Amino acid sequence: MALSIQHLLGLEGVSKEDIILILDTADGFYSILQRAIKQVPTLRGKTVVNLFYETSTRTRLSFELAEKRLSANPIGFTAQQSSVKKGENLRDTIRNIEAMKIDMVVVRHSSPGVPLFLTQVTDAVIVNAGDGSHEHPTQALLDMMTIRQKLGRLAGLKVAIVGDILHSRVARSNAWGMSAMGMDVTLCGPPTMLPQHPEGLPVKTTDNIDQAIQGADVVMLLRLQLERQGAGLFPSIREYRERYGLDLDKVAKLKPDVVIMHPGPINRGIELASNVADGPRSVILDQVTNGVAVRMAVLYLLGGGVEE
Amino acid sequence: MSEPVTRENGQTIFPIDRSAPAPSFIIINGRVIDPANDTDDFLCVAVENGRIRSVTTHPPSNFSPEKTIDAKGKWVVPGLFDMHVHLREPGREDRETIETGTRAASAGGFTAVACMPNTTPALDEESKIRYVIQRGDESTCRIFPIGCITKNLDGQELSPMGEMVRAGARGVSDDGKSVRKSSLMRNALNYAKSFGIPVMCHCEDHDLSEGGHMNEGQVSTRLGVRGIPSISEEICVARDIMLAEYTGARIHICHVSTAGSVQIIREAKKRGVRVTAETCPHYIILSDESLLTYDTHKKMNPPLRTARDRTAVVAGLADGTIDVIASDHAPHVSEDKKDVEFDAASFGVIGLETMLGVVLTYLVHKDILLPVDMVEKMSLTPHKVLGTGGGTLSKGKPADITIIDPDAPWTVDSRRFFSKSRNTAFEGLSLTGFACTTILDGRVVFERSRR
Repeated sequence: MALSIQHLLGLEGVSKEDIILILDTADGFYSILQRAIKQVPTLRGKTVVNLFYETSTRTRLSFELAEKRLSANPIGFTAQQSSVKKGENLRDTIRNIEAMKIDMVVVRHSSPGVPLFLTQVTDAVIVNAGDGSHEHPTQALLDMMTIRQKLGRLAGLKVAIVGDILHSRVARSNAWGMSAMGMDVTLCGPPTMLPQHPEGLPVKTTDNIDQAIQGADVVMLLRLQLERQGAGLFPSIREYRERYGLDLDKVAKLKPDVVIMHPGPINRGIELASNVADGPRSVILDQVTNGVAVRMAVLYLLGGGVEE
Repeated sequence: MSEPVTRENGQTIFPIDRSAPAPSFIIINGRVIDPANDTDDFLCVAVENGRIRSVTTHPPSNFSPEKTIDAKGKWVVPGLFDMHVHLREPGREDRETIETGTRAASAGGFTAVACMPNTTPALDEESKIRYVIQRGDESTCRIFPIGCITKNLDGQELSPMGEMVRAGARGVSDDGKSVRKSSLMRNALNYAKSFGIPVMCHCEDHDLSEGGHMNEGQVSTRLGVRGIPSISEEICVARDIMLAEYTGARIHICHVSTAGSVQIIREAKKRGVRVTAETCPHYIILSDESLLTYDTHKKMNPPLRTARDRTAVVAGLADGTIDVIASDHAPHVSEDKKDVEFDAASFGVIGLETMLGVVLTYLVHKDILLPVDMVEKMSLTPHKVLGTGGGTLSKGKPADITIIDPDAPWTVDSRRFFSKSRNTAFEGLSLTGFACTTILDGRVVFERSRR
């Protein structure tokens, strides 16, 4: 089986079949991760550049682990500033890296569209690790993998994604991916953090959290970027927490087997109360584990790895 | 005098030699379209000493021209005028110079351009205006400079409009940004009245548009790109119109891109406000859907709007709400466009060498504008707005003439441009119609043959 896509730029337009193949492959790698020796030789000899223009701890670590466990050679590239400020433009940077004979690029950048841009200037396989407010496809894939693991299926499940939807690449990737899988997705946040023109996305939006989470099989909280308060998007943390934070009172109204997710890092006591984050319905650490498996699957399927 | 400059597709620029006398010639068999004289007929245009000698049904018997130009199948119109271009000189000669920009203008069929003052340094005093005019005298196209509204475009103090007008400025604008302070804008409008010049308004509420890179709409939602809402333009259009109405000053709204702006201008004109408006070829044929691939050559300010806005802009052209078509020719080098990520790319596209083809193909050949309407919006009206006295083929006027082959098929290929820059939004587009001869002061400055 092979994917119909050559790069993973986002989940918009990615078929259900491709998503299922990635998730099934990830389940296989998940089993490998339970073994004592967690490494397989499938990408031996392949060089993967982790091109991170934005700081990231867990996504970067997760990709590096995935690369190492596939026996690929990961090379790190971190730029604290955009290339323009550094004096070298993005095209030159990527052409220089490519000249060192690399096979794949995992890229994170604050500007949306950078992964697509890279496909236009290099022959390497590109994996999007988050581009601005656009997409973060491996996060959505690991979310779906986790949901499938916990609830046994995806189609027909009701999902509420709550928080700063406007700026969230996680929300966008999940909106496309979950819709492709036949899930019923509602994006929820204060009106200032919802897109003014939500009809660009294939899902519902609401500012009413009670409506969004009622009967939900999955509730996903997004990290609140605290600097948005200064930008006038919400008046105070207290008001945000009261309206959109998930605490035990709200959890009490949810289905008993609801799955509670968060892409991390959590603002404890803001979008997610500590006793909910650490409670029995939380799958946050499973998401992290599955992240490695999903990224192994993506790199393996796109990197032309060979079966052992 | 420098040598002619040619391109493989049959285009030639003839640098102007003012030391030699202008030849006498006659243009026969052409369809002469001259809205100032209510003319649209097959006529002969006689030119002598660089001026229009006569426009008559038959060649005048007492005139023996040195040359005859056969314009069979072509349109003979007063030289086109693009009243909104960025020539980048002084300061960014890597993007464009007055020489290359005016060549691009000649190749596009323009005998005149008005250049915006956001150069480095900005055109905010007499000496800088004089510099541009002097450089223009050597070039293949007339240049009417626009001076700054505020010194160095800072939005703080008025520029010396009187001195700039004396030096030859035809209008004032802080193009690239709006004058944020309404009180200062009010003063600018009042002050400009003394000189009979229009204030050319770049309308943008910067608080609403800040950080935006494309139109705010469902496409920007999908792309995760911060949006520039249509209201950021419309609020400022409304403000500037209200200020013009209150002060009695004359304003010209630059690069109208939204349905709301068109409606606000339409209502203001009904009330008798002294307002004119322009739009650009890209707002006529493109919408924000073109940005789905993050194409930086579709990134400009104001941004490409929705299909609904595009339709409203075209309707505004058809019903006369929008008076002028201008290119907003904005050259950028690839380091600022193609080689960088979308958020880091500069705003702006070039347009001098594609505007006539786009307007013919998408407005005239589609029967949205009559040929005479096109000539009004691309020659007579811009000349009127800036008070140049040009834009007609009246007897005795300088012989600025564009001969158009309206049916010539061609494909946009930026490698053939005379402009220094390549940032066109129309690469590869098939168009019908181009300027085949451009005549300035009775001298042929550009020719293009069908290839």
